[in-house]
Amino acid sequence: MRNFIRFLLRYHLFFLFLFLETISFYLLVNYNHHHRQTFLNSSGRFAAGVLQISSTFSDYFSLKRANEELSRENAFLRSQLPSPEQFEADRPFGPGQTPATLNYLFRPASVINNSVNKHHNYLTINRGESHGIEAGMGVISARGLVGVVRHTSKGYATVISLLNTQLKISAKLRETNHFGSLEWDARSYQHVLLNEIPAHAPVAVGDAVVTSGFSAIFPENILIGTIEDFELNQGEGFYVIRVKLSIDFKNLTHVEVVEKIDREEINELEKLTEND
Amino acid sequence: MINYLGRYLLSFAAILLIQILVLNNLNLGGYVNPWLYVLFLLILPVEMPGWLLLIIGFFTGLLMDLFLNTIGMHTAATVFLCFLRPSLLRIFAPRDGYEPGSLPTRAHFGLAWFMKYASLAVVAHHLFLFFTEAFGFSKPGATLSKTLLSSAATLAVILLAQLFSSQQKRI
Repeated sequence: MRNFIRFLLRYHLFFLFLFLETISFYLLVNYNHHHRQTFLNSSGRFAAGVLQISSTFSDYFSLKRANEELSRENAFLRSQLPSPEQFEADRPFGPGQTPATLNYLFRPASVINNSVNKHHNYLTINRGESHGIEAGMGVISARGLVGVVRHTSKGYATVISLLNTQLKISAKLRETNHFGSLEWDARSYQHVLLNEIPAHAPVAVGDAVVTSGFSAIFPENILIGTIEDFELNQGEGFYVIRVKLSIDFKNLTHVEVVEKIDREEINELEKLTEND
Repeated sequence: MINYLGRYLLSFAAILLIQILVLNNLNLGGYVNPWLYVLFLLILPVEMPGWLLLIIGFFTGLLMDLFLNTIGMHTAATVFLCFLRPSLLRIFAPRDGYEPGSLPTRAHFGLAWFMKYASLAVVAHHLFLFFTEAFGFSKPGATLSKTLLSSAATLAVILLAQLFSSQQKRI
């Protein structure tokens, strides 16, 4: 026994070396895909267990791409879909004629930066001028309205979040079409305020609030949220409505940028009117 | 000793930052990558006990691996280098042994001595590293040429770093 201990002490450096190298190679084989495959090919004993773990991990890695593809497809389908009004409007026009109603183009994008805790919150998305994004376009997600594009660079764009006290959006009650203006009071990232709904409008908790479609930014009937609470401002005869957002701004990964196709034409027309 | 500790921590941080932020993004000619971080293990005091050297080497390598997503690869190579280092220093020892408190740097033993010592250490480290990376001896030619090219790049960067560091007998 004493000899054994003396032996250990004498070669303690070598044993420590072997020990640390063992840990290194254990880590190497367990955490690196290439090495694991080589190891499996040469020994193959761990096949079942290790492959199971490996596929579990690689499935998770492909989840991200799958998500992106789905979001792109979603955007494509949405731009193919005629709105109900357009469907109606198409009928009196013959084939080949542009319908009078608006047509929108949807482009998918990923959120690469986001905040909810400031007064002026902005998002950054990974699409920019080279993808056809321009300032003033609307941004929505599958679950509701997100914001409006503020600045663009070649490959990126910043978006004024709905959670920004500088942004006002025209919104309406889905049931009755009474419209008002929507803004954030910088209190909670889950709530915004809807003002200017007249006192005679029937307002009920749980009613949906959607975009009005009056601005050229968003299509009509994009969901914003549901009414959580409201009170009548007696002096002015308007409701102040607290809207619970349908979208979770803290958990936003994929969005779609909305472009109104006839926007330039409309802008030119409006400029003509202004010049008169 | 405390003074030493501070200096070594500082140089460790500096070397690691240069390695991670600059050199790892360099990618000369596709696959030549200088591994400056080896320098930190080379300039540790001569009298440092072997076990401490091995453990420092282990964690240095692990830290590099964490940044490079190659868990275990650099760890294995740095542990190997740290195991080898006492023998290397013995080969290059002055006739009457090392003075207490000396550091294996250019400032203490001159540029020629340091480059000889560093070359052997870097080549040994890189050989181990690239054969671990290839995980076998199936393409020894490619691995060897990669080792030599990368060693040359590493040595060039180490030389630069030593030229810029203080001439005085400190770190």
